[in-house]
Amino acid sequence: MNALVLRLIAARIGLALVSLLLVSAVVFAITALLPGDAAEEKLGLEATAETLAALRHEMGLDRPALLRYGDWLAGMAGGDPGRSVVSGALVGQLIASRLPNSLLLAGLTAAISVPLALGLGIAAAMWRGSRFDRAVSMGAVAVVSVPEFLIATLAVLLFAVQLRWLPALAYTGPDAELAELARAYALPVFSLCCVIISQMLRMTRAAVVDQLRAPYIEMLRLKGASPLRMVLRHALPNALGPIANAVALSLSYLLGGVIIVETIFNYPGVAKLMVDGVTQRDMPLVQTCAMLFCAAYLLLVTVADVLGIVSNPKLRHR
Amino acid sequence: MPASSAPAPALPAEPPRRRLPRLPLPGLLGLAVILFWLATALFGPWLLSPEANAPGADEVFGRLGAAHPLGTDYLGRDILARLVLGAGYTVGVAIVATLLASAGGTALALLAAVRGGWADGTLSRLMDTLISIPSKLFALIMVAAFGSSVTLLALTAALIYVPGVFRIARSLAVNINAMDYVAVARSRGEGELYIMRHEILPNMLGPMLADLGLRFVYVVLLLAGLSFLGLGVQPPEADWGSLVRENLGGLPEGAPAVIVPALAIASLTIAVNLLIDNLPGRGER
Repeated sequence: MNALVLRLIAARIGLALVSLLLVSAVVFAITALLPGDAAEEKLGLEATAETLAALRHEMGLDRPALLRYGDWLAGMAGGDPGRSVVSGALVGQLIASRLPNSLLLAGLTAAISVPLALGLGIAAAMWRGSRFDRAVSMGAVAVVSVPEFLIATLAVLLFAVQLRWLPALAYTGPDAELAELARAYALPVFSLCCVIISQMLRMTRAAVVDQLRAPYIEMLRLKGASPLRMVLRHALPNALGPIANAVALSLSYLLGGVIIVETIFNYPGVAKLMVDGVTQRDMPLVQTCAMLFCAAYLLLVTVADVLGIVSNPKLRHR
Repeated sequence: MPASSAPAPALPAEPPRRRLPRLPLPGLLGLAVILFWLATALFGPWLLSPEANAPGADEVFGRLGAAHPLGTDYLGRDILARLVLGAGYTVGVAIVATLLASAGGTALALLAAVRGGWADGTLSRLMDTLISIPSKLFALIMVAAFGSSVTLLALTAALIYVPGVFRIARSLAVNINAMDYVAVARSRGEGELYIMRHEILPNMLGPMLADLGLRFVYVVLLLAGLSFLGLGVQPPEADWGSLVRENLGGLPEGAPAVIVPALAIASLTIAVNLLIDNLPGRGER
């Protein structure tokens, strides 16, 4: 670690915070300013000019947009995003009750897909041009160009309906046994893995292949190093930055994946909460979930960049 | 593999790219599938009998058969008819959105590259902000705020993919903008619009067209995903994503009503990928 690396990392984190602030402005502008206002929606057909004005005043909608944005932002940052319009429950509590479920799903998916994708990617790079490499690459392209819900649907059809190995619904309740838990999570985790593995695999393969083309590998081959040693000891450390970057970026695809997968398997996570919120047009809920997802996304992208900076020896040893 | 194996005699009046490019077999296959779905979307609805979309008296979630070649859906409607009607939404909306995104992104990128300075800075910053909102999430926010309609879906999908187009187009345009012939045009006193349209744009058309194909795949997947969540095309109309959703009840029986539309989406997106990967001039690097 030296001053240059620290400065680059600090700049990257600062940029992420600025992005988050701008994103919050976009989210607020779309959901709270443009489409009429919440008072109109609440009163519906019974709205008269007087009741509308009264309700607007009561809800604070007659204040300048910038002030309202400031309040909203302060509430969001202080962990109190307000109440759900539909159920009246505190949005913070709603999300807190769902967040562990989503994190568990995402964590399981990452724990399985990252080693698998790295292994396959490195193997494909080692035997590049072989039948194995082509099969893996073809599979990755096929999975990427197919909608997530197709994979999930086909998985349910095969494993739950035809073979009857696994249940089609995911949630088992808080005190299920481990075997039951594993069976319940198998299908959602499998579907999510498919979504993110192909991207990670392709980027890993590209990063390792890139290193294997370098002159120092040629030198190693002339010296008679074994292929395994060449890849693991020499190419891999140099490809670590791009690979770490690929992993963090691919994990950010989880965000899109969970929205579909939680809905299909009726899994009580944050993404399902948000989709339900959109259906019922529950704005405070949608806003909070949106900011949560954007923050997670920016976090992963920033981690990817920071890993790229840290793993670059040109920057580290100066 | 040489790009043009046929002898190309020096005939300046006939540039070689005017000839039909030769596609490898997978590329031709992709092209055929794309043309098939395009034709279905354009002419299919005319070939259907008017009552094809009406709830039939036939069995629900029927199998493949003579009366209904692709089976029936959850209301006993003919899946083939639903699929043909849905093609218009899936293919049509995606094409409109992709063209809008590509045109908008390219225009803004040209502006940013030619103007430079604060215009470039502001536009790039704005696009970076939009790109840091995941696509599905952005679509959910838009639908929550404005309600779902076909116009909104097309505009939202276009808006979501403008930043991606902008990034690629800007990096291309900035490079071309530094070329000598652009400097010559500038010193001739040509206007910004002329430089954008006649000097830069023709030289970035190739990569932008390949990008267009990829964006189309993303848009199709995004719209299908939205419809699958029940937030896209609203019933009684249906695109292929909504067909999967409304027939999800037939999944336990393995009804064709669920699988056929899902496979239709997959065939379209894989076909576009095949075509792009096999376009002449790609894959050689």
